Amino acid sequence: MKIIILGAGQVGRTAAYQLSREQANAITVVDTNDEILRDLQDRLDIRTVVGNAGHPAILEAAGCETADMIVALTNSDEVNMIACQVAHSLFGTPTKIARIRSSDYSLRPQLFEEGGLHVDVMISPEQLVTDNVGRLIRYPGALQVLDFADGRVRLIGMRAVKGGQLVGHQLLELRDHIPNRDVRVAAIYRRGRSIKPEGDTVIEEGDEVFFIAARDDIRSMMKELRTEEDPVKRVVIAGAGNIGFRLARALEETNQVKLIERDPRRARRAAEILSRTLVLSGDAADEELLLEENIDDADVFVSLTNAEEANILSAMLAKRLGAHRVMALINRPAYAELIEGGTIDVAISPQTITIGALLEHVRRGDVVRVHSLRRGAAEAIEAIVHGDSRSSPVVGRTIEDIVLPPGTTLGAIVRGDEVIIAHHDTVIEADDHVILFLTDRRHVEAVGRLFQAGARLR
Amino acid sequence: MHLSMVQRILGLMLALFSLTMLPPVGVSLYYADGHWYPFVGAFVVVGVVGAALYLPVRKVRRDLRLRDGFLIVALFWVGLGLAGATPLLISDVPALSFTDAVFEAVSGFSTTGATVIVGLDSLPRSILYYRQQIQWLGGMSIIVLAVALMPMLGIGGMSLFKAETPGPVKDQKLTPRIAQTARALWGVYVMLTIACAAGYLLAGMSPFDAISHAFSTTSTGGFSPYDASLGHFDSATVDAVATVFMFLGGASFALHFTVFRNRDPRLYWRDPEFTSYFWLVVTIIGITTVYLWATSHMDHPLESLRYAALQVVSLHTGTGYVTHDFANWPGALPAMLMLISFISGCAGGTTGGMKVIRWLIVVKQAAVQFKHLVHPNAQIPVKLSGRVVPPQVISAVAGFFAVYFVVFGIMMMLLMTFGLDQVTAWSAVAATLNNVGPGLGDVFVSYRDIPDAAKWVCTVAMLAGRLEVFTLLLLFTPDFWRK
Repeated sequence: MKIIILGAGQVGRTAAYQLSREQANAITVVDTNDEILRDLQDRLDIRTVVGNAGHPAILEAAGCETADMIVALTNSDEVNMIACQVAHSLFGTPTKIARIRSSDYSLRPQLFEEGGLHVDVMISPEQLVTDNVGRLIRYPGALQVLDFADGRVRLIGMRAVKGGQLVGHQLLELRDHIPNRDVRVAAIYRRGRSIKPEGDTVIEEGDEVFFIAARDDIRSMMKELRTEEDPVKRVVIAGAGNIGFRLARALEETNQVKLIERDPRRARRAAEILSRTLVLSGDAADEELLLEENIDDADVFVSLTNAEEANILSAMLAKRLGAHRVMALINRPAYAELIEGGTIDVAISPQTITIGALLEHVRRGDVVRVHSLRRGAAEAIEAIVHGDSRSSPVVGRTIEDIVLPPGTTLGAIVRGDEVIIAHHDTVIEADDHVILFLTDRRHVEAVGRLFQAGARLR
Repeated sequence: MHLSMVQRILGLMLALFSLTMLPPVGVSLYYADGHWYPFVGAFVVVGVVGAALYLPVRKVRRDLRLRDGFLIVALFWVGLGLAGATPLLISDVPALSFTDAVFEAVSGFSTTGATVIVGLDSLPRSILYYRQQIQWLGGMSIIVLAVALMPMLGIGGMSLFKAETPGPVKDQKLTPRIAQTARALWGVYVMLTIACAAGYLLAGMSPFDAISHAFSTTSTGGFSPYDASLGHFDSATVDAVATVFMFLGGASFALHFTVFRNRDPRLYWRDPEFTSYFWLVVTIIGITTVYLWATSHMDHPLESLRYAALQVVSLHTGTGYVTHDFANWPGALPAMLMLISFISGCAGGTTGGMKVIRWLIVVKQAAVQFKHLVHPNAQIPVKLSGRVVPPQVISAVAGFFAVYFVVFGIMMMLLMTFGLDQVTAWSAVAATLNNVGPGLGDVFVSYRDIPDAAKWVCTVAMLAGRLEVFTLLLLFTPDFWRK
């Protein structure tokens, strides 16, 4: 697929990196900063074009006429929208994705209706990150909470901790522990390496376990992996930027939220809009302030400022001062790897979250949802099965008869309103939504072919 | 540096190269000249060496770093010289020493076209064809071909491509994927070669001659199956076809591709390097024509134009075809023809030498210096067709000039040490470093009679010229090897 990425910021660069790793894609990146582009071109097999992403001449030079998709990820909502419009009007680019930050735009769908701006898909990284953090807070102990089938099925990643009922036991004992609940362990990472979950696999302390379950069964499974935790009440958020502010607004009805912001004016503005949140003007790395606000009683401390180094330090400080669980927003994958599992419980990576939203549109075939995991190494996808028992190698077969690429687990099937957790004798039907976990995303194309046989490929 | 990865790719590329020994076998069988065995032998030897390098490390998968790219390219060119010399060593005619065989192979691959063989006309067809074929493979380079055919090189392909392709600005990709770019370049190259062969056929050559000469024309190589070079045909139409396709081979293939893709020949005129190249060639042809005619060296202005055009384009692009005894042309002409080979063709073409774009940048930079003397406070960026040339590029070009001429000087003195006279020495270095072929003095027809040591100096000069000096010299800097 020929893809043009506009803007070589954090998200644009990660997108270029992830997408260019798949041989089928041909990537061109446009940005005004020629130094960033030169550096990018040295490392990735992509083409780069220097210039303003909204200008027709630049888009033409980037090959917009033959491109299958443009992804506008520049800093400016306006440039992103105009670029999509130009691509549509002058070049007829089929798929146009724009990052729209301001909810003032995104909440008015009339803008993008017939006759309006031609943006096919809007993605708002801030909203995606906020939702992600919100889910993590609702499931204390989870490292990842990812939605499939409109939230009816979820993929949970969490670390096994001493005290969990299943820790030290074989996986097949799970059925005796929670007889009426159905879950499927999709992957286990032990000391950073994936091991194949089999019935006789013994869960060890410190394992990172990914499981797929219907929404209502999640809590009982989480108890298997760590001691039961009380629901989160007190949340302290550092940074009232886009994400911090949205998160406070989403949580303030159900939780006791404190929001710390260094810039007094921004703190003031947040306080004006938020109703129940306590907005504090001060430094999140200020020990006195944290103690005064009873950080030792906080269930969750989330550091969401723009400065990732500050996020790391303030989260570590909060942990030392007694916060129960700390999370930090970290952009650099290398930092996230250093940090996670140490003092800081969860490293939130905005790019990994955003890239999944992009991949949904890049994947061939009928893929509904893609979540990128473990800094892009693994992937969880929801795909629709097409074809019939003749044209498709999977329809009408039981799961044990299907040869999946290595490291791939079929976790669950959503058939109409029904959620079926996959067992060896489950039979796949046409139009099922299958939820797959790939520990090695290089097999993603093979998986796509398997389930999309007989379907019209774009 | 991942030496096992370097070894893996080198092995793979050598194995790929061994396949090119098969067409000469076909030629030999077709003409029944009995000389298929050197190529079968070389196919086995090179194939086995390639496999021996590749197999132990076939499972190694690492991203290639920029350094690995330089190392692979430099080592592969050296390996290519040895591998390409294998069939020449095995064959009983021509009976070449090791030195001569390597010289001939490197001269072929580097598209120099200098030869140590006298008596070409009597050699078996397969050997003659082989010489032409290595020129053709060297023109667009086997490494670019490997990048085109082995997309699993992925990002590594980039570092190979960068180390390999000539020119000061190497960031211009035609397509997002480097393998596609490499395929596009080879596609244009093949088409141009076919067009050239068709032209020669129409001009009255036999199919063997047409293909052989098309191979060494579009690659601006200059080998010919005849001792008399292109002069063998003594035909104005052949000269015209050769002149046009040598000129096109010296232009940028990226530009050819862009023109072809957009179906718009006007794009040629928007490229500052191409226009400079064109007018430069036209001007020098004009000067030479007038010079030859005015000094009564030629009787008719059209005759003068015919020889001047072919000889100027031949030397400007570093092809090295000879149709007239230009070494004995009057006055400054022989020296001028040797000197224009320093300017050579465009970056991204098949020529050796320093490339028009570098001279353009240096001349513009010099103009800026002059302006600065008059207006010390002026801000005058160096521009090419309205775009500012980044200062890094200018200093890289300046550095290239310095190193190029230092290398030139050292090699010339080495040749004189080995007993060559001054004219022969400087023209031999110019002719090999710029990948031209024939020089003046004793090396006008052939390099057979110069001492072995001098041949080795010329061999290194040809490699250095083809790799634009830096890629080769880089391996001898301590920084390159420091961990």
